[in-house]
Amino acid sequence: MLNKYPLWKYLLILFVLALGLLYAFPNLYPDDPALQVSTQKSTAVVDQRALKKATDALVKANIEFKSVEVTSAGGTFRFNSGADQLSAKPVVAAALGEDYVTALNLVPTTPEWLSSLGAGPAKLGLDLRGGVHFLLEVDTPAALRQKLEVASSEMKAALRKDRIRYRNVDIDDGVLSIRFLQEGDLSSAEDLLKDEFDQYVYRDRQEGSDFYLDVSFTDAATKEIESYALQQNLTTLRNRVNELGVAEPLVQRQGSNRIVVELPGVQDTAAAKRIIGATANLEFHLEAGLDDKASDIETLTFRDGSGRTARLERDLIITGDSVSDASSSFDENGRPQVNISLDSKGGKQMSKVTRSAVGRNMGVVFIEHKSRSRFVEKDGKMQEIRKSYSEKGIISLATIQTTLGNSFRITGLDSPRESSELALLLRAGALAAPIYFVEERTIGPSLGAENIKLGVNSAQIGILVVMLFMLVYYKVFGLFANISLILNIVLLMACMSMLSATLTLPGIAGIVLTMGMSVDANVLIFSRIKEELASGVPNQQAIHSGFNRAFTTIFDANITTLLVAVILFAVGTGPVKGFAVTLSLGIIISMFTAIMVTRAQVNLVYGGRKNKKLYI
Amino acid sequence: MKVTNIPFMAMRKVVALFSFVLVLISIGSMATKGLQFGLDFTGGTLVEVAYQEAPKLDDIRNLLAMNGYEDVVVQNFGSPTDVVVRMANAYTPTLGDEVLVTLQNKGDIAVSLQRSEFVGAQVGEELREQGGLGMLLALVIVMIYVAVRFQFKFSVASVVALIHDVIITLGFFSLFEIEFDLTVLAAVLAVVGYSLNDTIVVCDRIRENFRIMRDTESYDLVNESINQTLGRTLITSLTTLFVLVVLFIAGGEAIHNFSLALLVGIVIGTYSSVFVAANLLLAMNVKKEDLMPPPKEEFEDELP
Repeated sequence: MLNKYPLWKYLLILFVLALGLLYAFPNLYPDDPALQVSTQKSTAVVDQRALKKATDALVKANIEFKSVEVTSAGGTFRFNSGADQLSAKPVVAAALGEDYVTALNLVPTTPEWLSSLGAGPAKLGLDLRGGVHFLLEVDTPAALRQKLEVASSEMKAALRKDRIRYRNVDIDDGVLSIRFLQEGDLSSAEDLLKDEFDQYVYRDRQEGSDFYLDVSFTDAATKEIESYALQQNLTTLRNRVNELGVAEPLVQRQGSNRIVVELPGVQDTAAAKRIIGATANLEFHLEAGLDDKASDIETLTFRDGSGRTARLERDLIITGDSVSDASSSFDENGRPQVNISLDSKGGKQMSKVTRSAVGRNMGVVFIEHKSRSRFVEKDGKMQEIRKSYSEKGIISLATIQTTLGNSFRITGLDSPRESSELALLLRAGALAAPIYFVEERTIGPSLGAENIKLGVNSAQIGILVVMLFMLVYYKVFGLFANISLILNIVLLMACMSMLSATLTLPGIAGIVLTMGMSVDANVLIFSRIKEELASGVPNQQAIHSGFNRAFTTIFDANITTLLVAVILFAVGTGPVKGFAVTLSLGIIISMFTAIMVTRAQVNLVYGGRKNKKLYI
Repeated sequence: MKVTNIPFMAMRKVVALFSFVLVLISIGSMATKGLQFGLDFTGGTLVEVAYQEAPKLDDIRNLLAMNGYEDVVVQNFGSPTDVVVRMANAYTPTLGDEVLVTLQNKGDIAVSLQRSEFVGAQVGEELREQGGLGMLLALVIVMIYVAVRFQFKFSVASVVALIHDVIITLGFFSLFEIEFDLTVLAAVLAVVGYSLNDTIVVCDRIRENFRIMRDTESYDLVNESINQTLGRTLITSLTTLFVLVVLFIAGGEAIHNFSLALLVGIVIGTYSSVFVAANLLLAMNVKKEDLMPPPKEEFEDELP
């Protein structure tokens, strides 16, 4: 019979709709502003006692909170308003002390039975909830240079051991050049190095009376170093971001040498940037003796601004990479200090060196890799020229009283802030290569809230206008189309939640636009039905062929739009991606609702009944 | 809506001239004035702040100049209390924070940060390339799809119609010096999708009619097809335009230009689906043999 769906089709549609409603449901529960308390230390735990301290402080400061709970990830305080949340943060942080990290967060209020089904609200993009977005570029040439520097000292040692005489060694633009006075030295050096160091490409050249051996990394080695640098930096950045205690951070590789960092809800961007971008590291050196060769000594100034200098051995004992834990505190005189624990390898190395050096001085050197950019006009375009350099300064020079082991402390820091940031950086690890910021976006929380409000408002008005029009123009069929449209939105929200896709402001615009376009399929079908009716086809036949004949058109038209949306997703970033996601989901879902769901309604009402008048 | 019988194709020469002029103006404007690329594409720094009460822009300019920030553009953004400060390339990433501190330190009206953006020159340039590339890719893929599903003449007609729409939309932004940022690029790509949708519907009807009305002249057949789809074309454009007008008015400053680009693009897209694509099909002398043997109706089985 015409225009009758088998029962299973109705059931299928009902099932999909029920599922959609279920997964879209959590979006009706707004998130609570919350404070998340966690700890990175083994010495501290988030338990009832710790939270009691924080609760007492909140009560004393007269700040209302909704609830407090302990989870496996730490403690969570829920608040009624964002203002309460903001004023509570310093209070809680002060009450708990340094061992705990307090972070602003939004926590879902999804009922438990829903979240146990895996349903949760859609994630909001930074433009809707506020926060910071950084795009960082890893300075891979600098990573190569650092590796070459290490190689140069190893190669020099090898040459010295075999008594091959070289004049000097230079590193420039990824090439290490060793200068020899005699051709014989060059060739024996080449043989020796080729034998011992196999990751390199060797080339010799003659310039005037001098002979040069140019050493550079093979392509494979270069790639490996670059990808290691990126990987290492990713890990370090993740650690640092965790130390910042931001809820739901995103640290992700983008392209061959870039890293995206997104910190929702962060307000103090300057601090976040200082921690994320810092390339500080520590090195421990012995003070040079009087009989050391000048080339093995480096003279450095103290960081305290006194202008004092000290001569340190170039050989280092350990670097900050061997640090397993670090925390800041104050010494007996109330000056900031950093307590350091070393891993077992670093501890062994430290005790080996210091055992034979009791009575000598050890210097702690603070190194910061920085880059400076200049803009130069070239060919009518502004071009950025970046130069990286390192700043080294001694933070302390102290006599080794006894053999040092796994843990010790360093003093001589300027301020408590410096000591706590240094401790954080040592804990989180150093960056393998310098990074610099190529893009930064900060969205204040009030703008985020405003964007949501505007987006939701215009979406509501948009739907109303479209629905009104459809109702007036297509009457009963318009009603069918409107029901399909509402279900379309419900399913769209459900899909966003299920895929945990991020909703952005252009994303909301995408939803609004899909609504305008999703009635298109129904318009196509209805105008076909009208055409059929006009040419005198009986009602049932008109409905049937209206749906059938419109189908290919709808299919072709939607597939092409979908193709464009996919391309948009592939080339776009951030908000544009959000737009592409909602647009393509909207197109796919509208095919289902506009065709299947509308048809089901039409069939239910008109199917199989003779000569019933069609209100279209 | 009754099926109309408007002799669209009788106006084809006039309309072609009109399109031609529009495209020329657009290209001319883009060649001489270029596009007002936003921060996303040029790189630079932008700080948007909200004041408690409307400040004098000149005061802000003077304050910033006194603190050594020259070459800055200070504008209202959406409302008199919102102010945007834009700076060109030659600065560092920390600049946004510094400017905010400078503004906050003045202290007679409370200032809060709405957003601050820094985009490196390199990133901007890459985005421009990516955007252009995305657009080309979209056109090529669409062309292939239409060639496979329809026929080569249809594919040329619809892609030319698309290029026509994109150029005129870009021309509009160039001519009226409206800022072209990432969201506008997204909108232009969406226009590609939308206008294509419209064109396909018309082409689809032409194809169908070629199979049914075997004795009709191409000219009359195309005209008839446009008339048959006119109701649907107008209604769909109308509903979409309703929504866009709402977005444009009530969606906030952040998607203002986005909705504007869509508004312009969809008006042009509707026009081009009626006039440009069909016009080109006739110019390429489309005839029923182009669609013979008819491609199989492979979707018959999947009907709802």
